[in-house]
Amino acid sequence: MLNAPNDDHILVLGIGNILWADEGFGVRAVEDFHRRYAVPDNVTILDGGTQGLYLVNYLEDADRLLVFDAIDYGLPPGKLKLVRGDEVPRFTGAKKMSLHQTGFQEVISAADLLGRCPKHLVLIGCQPLDLEDWGGPLTASVRDQIAPAIELACKVLAEWGIEVKLRDTPLADSERLLANDIDHASYEMRPA
Amino acid sequence: MGIQTPNGFNLDNSGKRIVVDPVTRIEGHMRVEVNVDADNVIRNAVSTGTMWRGIEVILKNRDPRDAWAFTERICGVCTGTHALTSVRAVENALGITIPENANSIRNLMQLALQVHDHVVHFYHLHALDWVDVVSALSADPRATSTLAQSISSWPLSSPGYFKDLQTRLKKFVESGQLGPFKNGYWGSKAYRLPPEANLMAVAHYLEALDFQKEIVKIHTIFGGKNPHPNWLVGGVPCPINVDGTGAVGAINMERLNLISSIIDRIMEFNEMVYLPDVAAIGSFYKDWLYGGGISGQNVLAYGDVPEHANDYSAKNLKLPRGAIINGNLSEVLPVDHANPDEIQEFVVHSWYKYPDETKGLHPWDGITEPNYELGPNAKGTKTAIEQLDEGGKYSWIKAPRWKGHAMEVGPLARWVVGYAQNKAEFKDPVDKFLKDLDLPMSALFSTLGRTAARALESVWAGRQMRYFQDKLVANIKAGDSSTANVDKWKPESWPKEAKGFGFTEAPRGALAHWIKIKETKIDNYQCVVPTTWNGSPRDPQGNIGAFEASLMNTPMVNPEQPLEILRTIHSFDPCLACSTHVMSPDGQELAKVKVR
Repeated sequence: MLNAPNDDHILVLGIGNILWADEGFGVRAVEDFHRRYAVPDNVTILDGGTQGLYLVNYLEDADRLLVFDAIDYGLPPGKLKLVRGDEVPRFTGAKKMSLHQTGFQEVISAADLLGRCPKHLVLIGCQPLDLEDWGGPLTASVRDQIAPAIELACKVLAEWGIEVKLRDTPLADSERLLANDIDHASYEMRPA
Repeated sequence: MGIQTPNGFNLDNSGKRIVVDPVTRIEGHMRVEVNVDADNVIRNAVSTGTMWRGIEVILKNRDPRDAWAFTERICGVCTGTHALTSVRAVENALGITIPENANSIRNLMQLALQVHDHVVHFYHLHALDWVDVVSALSADPRATSTLAQSISSWPLSSPGYFKDLQTRLKKFVESGQLGPFKNGYWGSKAYRLPPEANLMAVAHYLEALDFQKEIVKIHTIFGGKNPHPNWLVGGVPCPINVDGTGAVGAINMERLNLISSIIDRIMEFNEMVYLPDVAAIGSFYKDWLYGGGISGQNVLAYGDVPEHANDYSAKNLKLPRGAIINGNLSEVLPVDHANPDEIQEFVVHSWYKYPDETKGLHPWDGITEPNYELGPNAKGTKTAIEQLDEGGKYSWIKAPRWKGHAMEVGPLARWVVGYAQNKAEFKDPVDKFLKDLDLPMSALFSTLGRTAARALESVWAGRQMRYFQDKLVANIKAGDSSTANVDKWKPESWPKEAKGFGFTEAPRGALAHWIKIKETKIDNYQCVVPTTWNGSPRDPQGNIGAFEASLMNTPMVNPEQPLEILRTIHSFDPCLACSTHVMSPDGQELAKVKVR
């Protein structure tokens, strides 16, 4: 894999709905990545939630895209899978792999149709266990995969020539990607 | 044979049953089952959201000042509207007022969301119910240019422009990746546009995709970030500093000028592309006036966009407020969110449990206890339903009613109420639209009318944005830079117990949140969302909701290709993400149509 030119714009995106248990994997992964790592200026870290077409412009601005998401591959719960390029599901003739309302593939297709899809795509997916526990936390098997997923992401970014730095101390609560009690720690403190 | 519903529909489920699951190109997951007669006319309609909600479970015992951040996550589309509704509910409960600038900024954000949602809905979720993408490939670019120039002075209309676009589209289709254009019943006789109109519409589909990014910049500027902008109980979180030397992210003149130029572009796109497109497409479908459902009888609008801050009475709201029942347009009835006898939710046909299901519950007293059981005549199993039994429980959506009536909400409802109130800004554009197409007033109550009302509203919203932007700038120039009131920020200043409600007009209809606060924490929190109104199942009296009613008596060209069902359901801009939650982890598949 070739190093990214220094001016390549890289988007690290987490998608999913934090209110639906393991559906929140992508957002929680990117939240933790942001909390623990400092990245160079040409890397944008984004909590995409379930925003669908709202995300097209972020994709357009990116040369390389790394996505965290909960993905149904029919694998055992908590299993991580990394897919690249054309493998990142872009054709929607078959069963949709993303579990979101608006398939993320449609966002990729839309960027493609505009002629401005990122040239390099990597998806780090995690097989969910529970998507029905409304308001529930990530299940342990999925939560345990956040750190390995971030490690994988660091490797991909290193392949692209991007150096990320482990922060000496993780970011304070007030500086996190998600605030107002929906950050991962506070969210999961709700009474069961 | 058949059952007569109290709201005037004759339901006959003896004919062939058609199941569409999921209805695609909507936010969320829904399923429709209909029975057609020997002539393929829909004689019974059953709509179900195969998901559930229960935000109160998550919000219980949280800080009310954070509720907006949770409700913002309910849905990927109404993000800001839910947040605004939430902060209004908390302010209502605690008696918190907001500064005039905060009111203008909130209106600008809400109106920007309206325009964004309407444009994206029409071009990206709904147009393909009217437009045949594959037919566009055989269009003559020169004739397309002539057509485009005959309906609008929009500059992107040369033969070369359409030719290039056609080439791009051809390449895209030939590569086998229909992408966003999948799930179409291309070639169906239910499509009526000539190839040139199809090509023009596809061009505008792409232009809208590009343009929608501009609109959301307004949220980034006022909300500090996007896709999840910040909101604040007591005002808005962005400080104003016109000299531009203050806090990072403050609103200065450069930002205000940027917003102003985006508003210009919004008005231009609405008036030169969106509305002319809807009128042009409408001219080919003007004898397809199905889909009215209950819109000609019962409509409900909460109203929104307050002229002045802190006054949510009907006369201060620029988007109309009121209810119309039994088609009586000469009387717009007042609506009271606090009256326990007005808005109530029923669950006799929903997968929830109430102590007494013959009665409805006002949202302040609402409960959400799942009870998933199928009626005795359902076919299949609980995990693989082949056919629902609408005589039993059949939806995760509750059935809200206003004084016992099933109501339609949304752009058409708002415009009908505005029309009935004789407000020129609503009445005149409707009359003009109908006159241009040579259609009678009754044509408004249709799928086409719903789609037209949304386009008219987008035009209206763009102009209102100009109004509030000017108002905001004038107020700042007069020396008022206040954007937040923190007098009651501290929980110590709150009463021991409080309750309140907040309402907005979300793009897809009337939205309200009800909150109860106890010892500074949330005790109960209920949302009644637009798709709950429109997509509701039957109530104990047997009234059918807006979706089901809208499908009744529609003839289908081919039941195997349920284009007419999708067209009408999509005209509501349904969003089940918030009314509902995924029941099956199967992911979404292409719409399966089963004829039984």
